[in-house]
Amino acid sequence: MSRRTKMLGSDAILRALEQEGVDVAFGIPGGAILPTYDAMARGTSVRHVLARHEQGAGHMAEGYARASGRVGVAIATSGPGATNLVTPIADAWMDSTPLVCITGQVRSSLIGTDAFQETDATGITMPIVKHSWLVQDVEELPQVLKAAFHVARTGRQGPVLVDVAKDVQEAELEFEYPEEVDLPGWKPPRKVHPKQVREAAQAILAAQRPIVYAGGGVLNADACAELLRLVESARLPAVVTLMGKGCLPDSHPLNYGPPGMHGSKYANWALNKSDLVIAVGTRFDDRVTGKVSAFAPGAQVIHFDIDAAEVGKIRHADIPVVGPLSIALAELTGELDRMREGRAPVHEPWLRQVEDWREQFPFRYTKVDGVLKPQTAVEALRDLAATRTEDVVWTTGVGQHQMWAMQYLVCDRPRSFITSGGLGTMGYGLPAAVGAKAARPDATVVCVDGDGCFQMTCQELATAALERLPVVAVVLNNGWLGMVRQWQEMFYDERFAQTHLTHAVPDYAQLAEAYGAAGFTVDSEEELESTLEAAFEAGRTAVVDVRCDPEEKCFPMVPAGAAAVDVMESPDEEVRV
Amino acid sequence: MTTHTISVRLENKPGALARVSQLFSRRGYNIQSLAVGPTERADISRLTLRVDCSEHSLEQIEKQMHKLVNVLRVTELKPDEAIERELALITVSVPTDRRADLVALSQVAGARVADIGRDAITFEFVGRPDQLEAFEELIRPYGVRELVRTGRVGLRRPSASGRSGTQSVQQV
Repeated sequence: MSRRTKMLGSDAILRALEQEGVDVAFGIPGGAILPTYDAMARGTSVRHVLARHEQGAGHMAEGYARASGRVGVAIATSGPGATNLVTPIADAWMDSTPLVCITGQVRSSLIGTDAFQETDATGITMPIVKHSWLVQDVEELPQVLKAAFHVARTGRQGPVLVDVAKDVQEAELEFEYPEEVDLPGWKPPRKVHPKQVREAAQAILAAQRPIVYAGGGVLNADACAELLRLVESARLPAVVTLMGKGCLPDSHPLNYGPPGMHGSKYANWALNKSDLVIAVGTRFDDRVTGKVSAFAPGAQVIHFDIDAAEVGKIRHADIPVVGPLSIALAELTGELDRMREGRAPVHEPWLRQVEDWREQFPFRYTKVDGVLKPQTAVEALRDLAATRTEDVVWTTGVGQHQMWAMQYLVCDRPRSFITSGGLGTMGYGLPAAVGAKAARPDATVVCVDGDGCFQMTCQELATAALERLPVVAVVLNNGWLGMVRQWQEMFYDERFAQTHLTHAVPDYAQLAEAYGAAGFTVDSEEELESTLEAAFEAGRTAVVDVRCDPEEKCFPMVPAGAAAVDVMESPDEEVRV
Repeated sequence: MTTHTISVRLENKPGALARVSQLFSRRGYNIQSLAVGPTERADISRLTLRVDCSEHSLEQIEKQMHKLVNVLRVTELKPDEAIERELALITVSVPTDRRADLVALSQVAGARVADIGRDAITFEFVGRPDQLEAFEELIRPYGVRELVRTGRVGLRRPSASGRSGTQSVQQV
């Protein structure tokens, strides 16, 4: 019996989304994608969330993907619709977030003529997608969409783009969704080399000062349980990057938290003074390594990654292990258990050393009477979250507030910290929170934002309010582009060029009310807890304007170009570059 | 830095070539020459690229190219294990009285006369890239008016021993 059904290309797109198990898509209609929105009007099980800007839709799809572990879907029209998606696509590319972007394209007969709202969407996005397709034949639609989801979610995850000419959406086809993909050139690794795993195990057993360096790849690979077993069974201390936050419980005693530019001194020291770096799903980003030539100079490197091209890209891997992390880590733990035969690890003194460092150099800041420090607000959020019975999922923008969120929030579950790491996209936080809420309606989703970031995408408050996706946005409002200001203060002789935004404009609480959200303002430590709690309990989207100290700087800090081991604990230390 | 020849089997799909060349510019690698054409299969093209880079960069190039969905296989062609050829068309200015001279010279060098005009001759040369360079040197004193080279194409020699000779980066 044939399962082929006659339908339009536009309906075929929705049937494909349904077949892929997509329950929510984010987008905005426009001319070239109108037939597909018309198909939505004919009926679909896919919930469409109407964003207010395509960039917002893209970040929502990212937030959805990161909170759920599923592929995020964003839909936009041709031309400006597609170009507005470029930032989220680049963001998803840098952070390996699985995303399928569907854009309308002008009619096939008009392609190449500079028609109204025509832009070469596949050309513009070529360097920032895993693959893309321009569909000009309706018969190709089912296979292309099948391939798009497959490529987005397999191997190292990431964004793909499907650009569909308007006449293709209007054309008729005999639809049958394929069960297999036909991609002879796409063969991501599905197993790991046992010899490499054995070598890794031997190196770990021999190491005096081993350290696990875990990144976002662990979350993407759903290998958190395997990582935890490895760390516990071999008693390995671990540092976890910004992108990896939550892959190992933050409150686990062997988790030493974030290394890198604003990581702790103890994490940077543990990583850089080790003799064996066990890198797992991480890519030796410059924000972690600092000066690469001075990074962990005495260490051998084992590098676990699904992407062979990351292994040896920045730092030579003495033992490369390419393949799925869950398999690799499980095999490694098994191998270690067999080889060790119950003997205690030789690196016990190192564990004590690292613990000493943690006690000696905790994250800290100086409180001043009558001044609300941004870190205090983040600590209050942390404490409030700890009292909640429901899951709390955090998102952030990019800048000082993001680093404080990384330092002070406690994330004990995977997919509870969603941030823009690689691209550093200001404005990511609010729409990502809306997307995360769509994925996890039972969780309280809190965007820890900065005032600069918030103003880049705050129109999505309308989406949050009207789509009944209530989130809490906590704006650490210091009135400045704070991280840029910090660099101006430290490295540009306090010439504060074009970084002053002011505390007062806009009035964030009034802005929230204008969008149908609850607005709160707080400027003292005394009212902090009660205000945040009121925002959590608002029952609708809430914005908390936290007016905090404009002069607070984010420390520790590894100045750009310095060795990570020379991390500065406070502004009084001499900069060593 | 050495010059490497990379052979790529590529799906014959729209945009496939652009994805490969984009990757080179995006990652900062310089392509010396690039030749592309059909293969024994209509759905597959073969690219031959000449790239100046270090061994480390070569490894990165191969790995990055392998991640492209349209790329089927990436192989480095080592000079002693590959047949490499290039075609050039060279138009040389030549007064009538020196014509015979030049034609004789070119024949000895293995070039063919493709066209003769009033004051110029176009030669066609097919051969190993080093032979082509030698021929170019030989006729340069006559005054090369225009020159075009296809960029080299190559295949692994069937006579090269074993499979290990060509470095092939396959995904695990």
